[in-house]
Amino acid sequence: MTLKEENHSEENLPATPHHEVFVAIDGFALLFDVLKSSGFQIVGPTIDQDAIVYDQIDSVDDLPKGWTDVQKPGLYRLNQRNDDKLFGYNVGPHSWKKYLFPPNVALSIGKKNEDGWEFQEAPDDPPKLAFLGVRACELAAIRIQDRVFVGGDYVDSTYQKRRQRILIIAVNCTQAAETCFCTSMDTGPRCTDGFDLALTELDDGFLVEASTPEGKAIVDQLITLEVTRKQQQSAELARQNAVDQIKKRMDTTEIRDLLMSNLEHARWDEVASRCLSCTNCTMVCPTCFCSSVEEVSDLAGENVERRRQWDSCFNLEFSYMNGGVVRDSTRSRYRQWMTHKLATWIDQFGTSGCVGCGRCISWCPVGIDLTEEVAAIRKDAP
Amino acid sequence: MSGKPRLGVFKFASCDGCQLSLLAAEDQLLGVADTVEIAYFLEATSRIQPGPYDIALIEGSITTQHDVERIKQIRADTHFLVTIGACATSGGIQALRNWSDCDEFVSSVYATPDYISTLATSTAIADHVKVDFELRGCPINQYQLIEVIQSVLAGRRPRTPVHSVCLDCKRRGTVCVMVAQGTACLGPVTQAGCNAICPEYNRGCYGCFGPAAQPNLVSLTDQFSANGMPREQIVNNLRSFNGNSPEFRVESDRIQAEQDGEQ
Ligand code: SF4
Ligand code: SF4
Ligand code: SF4
Ligand code: SF4
Repeated sequence: MTLKEENHSEENLPATPHHEVFVAIDGFALLFDVLKSSGFQIVGPTIDQDAIVYDQIDSVDDLPKGWTDVQKPGLYRLNQRNDDKLFGYNVGPHSWKKYLFPPNVALSIGKKNEDGWEFQEAPDDPPKLAFLGVRACELAAIRIQDRVFVGGDYVDSTYQKRRQRILIIAVNCTQAAETCFCTSMDTGPRCTDGFDLALTELDDGFLVEASTPEGKAIVDQLITLEVTRKQQQSAELARQNAVDQIKKRMDTTEIRDLLMSNLEHARWDEVASRCLSCTNCTMVCPTCFCSSVEEVSDLAGENVERRRQWDSCFNLEFSYMNGGVVRDSTRSRYRQWMTHKLATWIDQFGTSGCVGCGRCISWCPVGIDLTEEVAAIRKDAP
Repeated sequence: MSGKPRLGVFKFASCDGCQLSLLAAEDQLLGVADTVEIAYFLEATSRIQPGPYDIALIEGSITTQHDVERIKQIRADTHFLVTIGACATSGGIQALRNWSDCDEFVSSVYATPDYISTLATSTAIADHVKVDFELRGCPINQYQLIEVIQSVLAGRRPRTPVHSVCLDCKRRGTVCVMVAQGTACLGPVTQAGCNAICPEYNRGCYGCFGPAAQPNLVSLTDQFSANGMPREQIVNNLRSFNGNSPEFRVESDRIQAEQDGEQ
């Protein structure tokens, strides 16, 4: 996927994975026009309901200019910054999975006619989307969902179709929230691959790095300048700032065996006394992929639709099988979630299911922090 | 069931809102109307036919001795009895009387208290007779109601989820008001059914659909306290439309007792 670039002249610069150019802040609006004229709808960060969410955006004015977030377990607050940064925040309640793995989607339809039933796939023609503002942990999450949905023997066509039509414009974090722990999961904060373009925001513009022909084609239509040594240094400093701000850690040493050999640990009861089994952590997690499928019919029973919705291992009914519910307690549901995410996911997909984005910590209404749960179990390990 | 199944809709102590939801489901209702015979539905028609009924929909709670006798008769006349709404299912907002002195209310509200004959409590239909299916909500969700009627007619189990409001809240992309605004929300312990409408309008869930399956009330109210909500207000939050449902009642009583213990 790397582009062959002619040698970029400045010497003694820290190595960057791809050729970088500078786009001044007043030239940034042009990106929106170029994306639109290339047939993309743009989705990216914008403020709604007191949070920075991902939604369709039309221009630079829709971005959360001058805003940031403060996050703690069970808490998220918007705060005004003392500058005009457009991407000076960390990940919020939404993740990109809502565009690739929609919360509610029709899979197939059935119609009754004189001869019986006629079944077909539901019509599905997703738009070309440009994701603007994807963070390193989110690139890792998309990589994980790629593995889950299209990387095995059974390909999910709903996901695949959407995935093939997106352009990813990543943004390197220049700060971190209290809930971030990408450094422990080896997923960030630096965007290294999995994007078409990656931006690093400076006071007066962006360093822009293209890593695919599609990304390069976009950059070629922008007004760009050579990157100066000073800009390069400021970008390094800004990116290092994110690394320095990450305080949360999760020790992942032998984590699979640690959790799987502690299935009867008393901590599961303790966390179950706090857990609401409300499903929020799984809904906000950018890698959680569970869903349930149901048939919906009109009253006459002549038009039937098979629909898929996000579902969760915290939903009591999710483990319902003929005769009853398999995971009939919050203890068993929390344990299922955490051991799957951090342990058996590795057996299943060859990677952890956690990218360290911290969403499940911030958006848990009672502030349960999985890194603390792991630490509590590890503390008693021999 | 031979011929068209006979449907009865009966009202006890209630605001009629659930029956209105039924009427508001006009389009779907017309479809159902062909498949059932509406034998008793005062809100829609004054033509009354005696039982037996194949399906009875019961709105409202039991608040008088006369109610107690009437529900027993309806039960005896009915094959499949469905309660609709918070009043019928948990006693409704009028169950607030269960924590107060009802005689005092009567004497301060009515000019001639002697004319009033009432029980000291408002209770759910299931406290008096066997209920075959409880449809939650204040008011009920008309699509769920149609689903219940359809499934009873088809002889299958109604699909009404027992999960929390949070799942629907997240599916529709609403930002959690509890986390982002510090607003107390009963969504994590409340059964879905409303499509999480209140958080979408920046309000906490009021618990209209009653307790979700296996709700953890203590953890949630601890969090309300940690967010600075006074105990008195937590008790008031729990004692609303479904305040008399067992899980909400036990928790509001627990907090009330804690508060009383401190005074
Ligand atoms: S977890 Fe890392 S990459 Fe993700 S938002 Fe936080 S600092 Fe950025
Ligand atoms: S860990 Fe938190 S967000 Fe997840 S189900 Fe439990 S209470 Fe809900
Ligand atoms: S488990 Fe939590 S921290 Fe890890 S990826 Fe999911 S939401 Fe992010
Ligand atoms: S706003 Fe309420 S219902 Fe929605 S996720 Fe938060 S706690 Fe749950």
